[in-house]
Amino acid sequence: MRADLDLIKDWVEPGTRVLDLCCGDGELLHHLHTVKNATGYGLEIGHDNITQCISKGVNVIEKDIEEGLASIKDNTFDTVVMTQAIQIMMRPDEIVEEMLRIGKECIVTFPNFGHWRARGYLAFRGKMPVSKFLPYTWYNTPNTHFCTFKDFERLCIEKNIYIKERTVVDNEHQHRWWIHLWPNMLGEIAIYRITK
Amino acid sequence: MPAVIPEDSVGIVEPQSIEFDSPLQLQCGRVLENYHLIVETYGTLNEDKSNAILICHALSGNHHVAGYHSMEDKKPGWWDSAIGPGKPIDTNKFFVIGLNNLGGCHGSSGPNQTNPETGKPYGPDFPIVTVNDWVESQARLADYYGIEQFAAVIGGSLGGMQAMQWAINYPDRLRHCMVIAAAPKLSAQNIAFNEVARQAISQDPQFYNGHYYEKDEVPKVGLMLARMLGHITYLSDDGMRSKFGRELRSGQISYDFTPQFEVESYLRYQGERFSTAFDANTYLLMTKALDYFDPAAEAGNSLPAALEKAKAKFMVISFTTDWRFSPGRSREIVDALVEADKQVSYAEIDAAHGHDAFLIPIPRYLDVFRAYMERVEADTPFQEAN
Repeated sequence: MRADLDLIKDWVEPGTRVLDLCCGDGELLHHLHTVKNATGYGLEIGHDNITQCISKGVNVIEKDIEEGLASIKDNTFDTVVMTQAIQIMMRPDEIVEEMLRIGKECIVTFPNFGHWRARGYLAFRGKMPVSKFLPYTWYNTPNTHFCTFKDFERLCIEKNIYIKERTVVDNEHQHRWWIHLWPNMLGEIAIYRITK
Repeated sequence: MPAVIPEDSVGIVEPQSIEFDSPLQLQCGRVLENYHLIVETYGTLNEDKSNAILICHALSGNHHVAGYHSMEDKKPGWWDSAIGPGKPIDTNKFFVIGLNNLGGCHGSSGPNQTNPETGKPYGPDFPIVTVNDWVESQARLADYYGIEQFAAVIGGSLGGMQAMQWAINYPDRLRHCMVIAAAPKLSAQNIAFNEVARQAISQDPQFYNGHYYEKDEVPKVGLMLARMLGHITYLSDDGMRSKFGRELRSGQISYDFTPQFEVESYLRYQGERFSTAFDANTYLLMTKALDYFDPAAEAGNSLPAALEKAKAKFMVISFTTDWRFSPGRSREIVDALVEADKQVSYAEIDAAHGHDAFLIPIPRYLDVFRAYMERVEADTPFQEAN
């Protein structure tokens, strides 16, 4: 179980109706169904991931979310989740707005580009950061829209999005007391719980 | 013509005719006092009758879904690629029923069968049957076997529409519903193609208003044209280009009206073969059943409302180059199921074969199919097959 997925479950009420955007192999939905009796669907385009979801008994719908979510009505879901995928979207701002339209509440997780290691990499080596956690080089990365926690929170202010909760963890998805001293410098992954 | 029967085949199979004596009220208002259905079954029904799967056929399909009728058979049943020991619909685990629908021409009560009231073929007097009527007759078939609830009802194209109607009409009688290459209703373009096919048949001088049996004739040209037209809608532009391109049969153009392009002779061959194997009145009936299918119409033109009653889990599959029932049509079904808060998974398979792809063993299609059938199996309270 990926640790950020385990943290998410604490923010999901029992029996919740969930939509998981870019749901991967369905691990989160399967977990939420098992421990929280949550129902819902994952959207995914990876063929192997889709087959794995089906094998797990997770409802998966083959859909490229870049093509829009217009077919889904307002407030269809209790919770709309997107883990570690907002940075690969063409327009993260539009996706977040769509998520808040179709869901009463959203949970978003993404890697923090403001983490000290990324800052140090660029500052001292003069190159775009490459690490175990961010293994791509600038020309082949799917991560076209990196942001820092500050950037994301700025977006929330501009769009009148209310941040209900935020958890910041290191790359092992562990809470460390010292991260909270300076999250935008010390945290590697953020988990945001947002509403309109 | 298999020299030996492949190991993953259901082998030599024999159809069986089942009589039904209680009158069937049809949607058109008429009543079939009695009727018979011809069926084939594969695998073994378990003791609690929980492992049954119903296969619904498409426009020109029938009860011969898998296996061979004899060692002389050139081809196995129409969905042999999906059904057999170790195949996605695994006959070691499931009891599979294939039938010829009412109005069909392969042995079930239909235009080419004798009307017990007159002693003559029904011909054009066979009543118009709808997808609802088929589901009703299939439910009685389930009763005949003592099957209270199917593990799954599965179909492609018009067969997928029957599966969907099953989930609406008998929510408690199926656990899973697999809707492949289907649509929630026909578009004007779909109906237009059907109408041209019907006109081709009914304008054939040998059609005699459907009474060609007595004349010992067949509206061969009409059926052939209907099939040629239909066949174009089953293939894709890409598929036809790669299969035929502009290839010439003799290598050069002859400046006359004989068939010169490969695609011309292919369509003629397909049309001619069909015209001797299929019944014209049945073709008319089947296209009408397609045209009339519209479950949303019975629920205030709302598909989510129509699906509200459904309890089955759904698997919807479409194929990228299918333009008869395009992926967009399947997505309408999926969106309605999501809106109705039903369990559904959806896969859009890359395939060049157009609508026909649902019959073709495309690797990813079979992977998805197999993964879903494992889920069907997991939801089946299995007892050892007898």
